[in-house]
Amino acid sequence: MTDLLAAPSKARTLWLALLVVLLNASGNFSLTLGMRSIPGAMSANPVDYVRAMLHPLVAFGTILLILWLLTRMALLSWADLSFVAPVTAVGYILAALIGHFFLNETVSVTNWIGTFLIFFGTAFVSATKPNTAGCKRGSR
Amino acid sequence: MKWLLLAIIVVATVLGDLLQSYEMKRSGEQAVDARGLAKLLRMIVSRQYLLLSIVFMAISFFAFMALVQIAPLSFAVPASAATFVLETLLAKLVLKEQVGPRRAAGALLVLGGVILLAR
Repeated sequence: MTDLLAAPSKARTLWLALLVVLLNASGNFSLTLGMRSIPGAMSANPVDYVRAMLHPLVAFGTILLILWLLTRMALLSWADLSFVAPVTAVGYILAALIGHFFLNETVSVTNWIGTFLIFFGTAFVSATKPNTAGCKRGSR
Repeated sequence: MKWLLLAIIVVATVLGDLLQSYEMKRSGEQAVDARGLAKLLRMIVSRQYLLLSIVFMAISFFAFMALVQIAPLSFAVPASAATFVLETLLAKLVLKEQVGPRRAAGALLVLGGVILLAR
């Protein structure tokens, strides 16, 4: 397979992928803490959600997740979706750990096996090189 | 209720990602510095598919907000990994990206993991 990425670009792609994962995990954590402190379940009315975003923790989580969205969009322009998607799936494992250690959630043995399956599946897929075929170069 | 919210998250996320990927490939590589992000924001406003992808992401986000309120985070996030398997499939079929056997096997492992986590 032809390597279309120069070495520095490949390293930057991997660092950006790490940033994407961390922003996702911290954003999810803050958002969950905030949403659980809001009394009553959400309805289908969008106003409920806009009002919920005024909660400091929900707002902070939302900002982190917006940054996650923007950095992920940039990552999508650097590499294929089939590379970006599995790399960011590391966040699934972090979510289970955060749920277990910080949110007092019960994570069963079956759930942990599932978590490790996702970890190995993700690591396996991440071992493949990011491919930028079909992506024209723009200004940096 | 949590399964309905999950279904909304999965479908909206996949549609949003496909539209994003299609439009970002057309626009070329983007920098992540301040100027690059400003250019990215300008692009979002001027491109129809990117705008539509933001609408899908918003729908997905609202459903996720409701889901983490009623279900464990250790369920909500891993269960939404169904989007990843569907995305890999659609990346191959719709975006015509190369998805080799290694990536396909990895996707299947993740799918198995999600099934176990959702039980």
